[in-house]
Amino acid sequence: MSHPILRVIQAGPLAQLQDAGRFGVRHLGLTQGGPMDLESWALANQLVDNAWGCAVLEITVGGLILECLEDVDCAITGADLGATVDKSPIPLWQSFSLKKAQRLAFGSPKQGLRVYLAVKGGFDAPRFLKSCASVQREQLGGHKGDGSRLSREDVLFASTLFKSASEHKKTQPRAFGQITDLDLIPGAQVHLFSGSSLFQAFNQVWTVDLRADRMGIRLTGNPLQVKLPSLISEGIGLGAVQIPPDGCPIVLLNDRQTIGGYPKLGSLTPLACARLAQVQPGQSVRFRACGQIAASEAYAQFLSRFK
Amino acid sequence: MIKKARLVPRIEHAGVDAWTVRLFDDIAEENMPWILSLVKRCEVLFSERLVDIVPSYTTVWIQYDLTKISSQASRQVLVSLLQELNPLDMSREGCLKEIPVWYHPSVGPELARLQDEKGLSLDEVIALHTEKAFRVFALGFAPGFAFMGSLPDALVLPRLSTPRQQVAVGSVAIAERQTAAYPQATPGGWNVIGRTPLRLFDPQRDAMSYLQVGDLVQFVSITQQEFKRLGGDDR
Repeated sequence: MSHPILRVIQAGPLAQLQDAGRFGVRHLGLTQGGPMDLESWALANQLVDNAWGCAVLEITVGGLILECLEDVDCAITGADLGATVDKSPIPLWQSFSLKKAQRLAFGSPKQGLRVYLAVKGGFDAPRFLKSCASVQREQLGGHKGDGSRLSREDVLFASTLFKSASEHKKTQPRAFGQITDLDLIPGAQVHLFSGSSLFQAFNQVWTVDLRADRMGIRLTGNPLQVKLPSLISEGIGLGAVQIPPDGCPIVLLNDRQTIGGYPKLGSLTPLACARLAQVQPGQSVRFRACGQIAASEAYAQFLSRFK
Repeated sequence: MIKKARLVPRIEHAGVDAWTVRLFDDIAEENMPWILSLVKRCEVLFSERLVDIVPSYTTVWIQYDLTKISSQASRQVLVSLLQELNPLDMSREGCLKEIPVWYHPSVGPELARLQDEKGLSLDEVIALHTEKAFRVFALGFAPGFAFMGSLPDALVLPRLSTPRQQVAVGSVAIAERQTAAYPQATPGGWNVIGRTPLRLFDPQRDAMSYLQVGDLVQFVSITQQEFKRLGGDDR
């Protein structure tokens, strides 16, 4: 059974459902989708006792107003978009009960860019290849199954209705700092960079460009020199930092293409990608080199907190 | 076995839960039996610990499930696998698939330029594009988009300097030594020389993508009438 739970009064620029992502199909050219800020997404689910992988609403930049159709327990994590219930501010990083007919609204970003709204039991949406992750470019997933973002009058469904919890959960808010440090595992192609460019890569402050979306985020700064402008296309993973001929890095994210041929500096860790997803255009980031084994263990530990 | 001596695989970091196995440095059809063999062995040995695997011209990218296997253990699997890797028998691998194409200026906007630059008649272009089957080296760019090669010298044309905003679904195109057919309407920078009525990517179909890495693809010239009879849209 599926229950109508929220109705869209005002859609805002971009809100879409994301589960953990679509896997096992990259060899066909299909991308992964899933939450840009994996950590906030996972915490939102955890706050309402959802299992890993439940579909959550990812709201980018705000501007969204939802009307509640049935009492439901929710949690909001990620960016501070000035969320209100019937115009009263509500705290983030904790679960709360939303009552029928109340209006949940998101303003514009005060801190961060993306908010995650989880409902207890998870949103219900058609699954394609075991996932309802929204990918607009591929017209797959989401509340309608065609990759579209939320529009006015759309209705979101919950898998199950629950009684409101008597106690609510809280978690430690994640801080979004002035300059975001991003852990980067140097890759095998670092030898293609000149020595001074490698120094530059890790010792300058990069600015997040306006050209940033779910496929990738461009950074601007002193351009890096690469000895080869392009390589033979190969599979590219989440967080791959590629350097096109203009010398400015592009960090490839959830909706990235499956193969690509620009030289790569290395890969951001998934948790660094999650932090980058909350950095607004014009704000600063730095790359911090880290070892693959340590980063791998840290990520395995992160997953074990949730899975 | 001479070819085997040329194989110097490298296992490269590709993030917290992925490796890129680099088998070759150059694009060659002879790479494919090794690449496909590596994919098959990984599927067997990693089994449910495999998240995704993406073969390409010279590499195989492998993502594993960190909750089921550690980074070091996954590397060890690859090291042992590579020590006993044998090429697949390609006479039994990869299907031969046909792609019917209506080669015509009304659906092939770059045919005229190709003919001009290479001094070819339309019939000669068709003959060159259909004279032998091409191998699928990689899938990517968009769902079901297959990179095939290698084209004869006479058809080698650089990409458009400015990509088109919209390339029609089914467009058959060439760029450098490669050819492809667009499974959906997307922006694109390849030289379009014709159109196929085939549905190249269908999420409702079992294999979804008509073409798979390793397949041999034979282009076949058809008339406008056949194109329309097969469901093609000539607008």
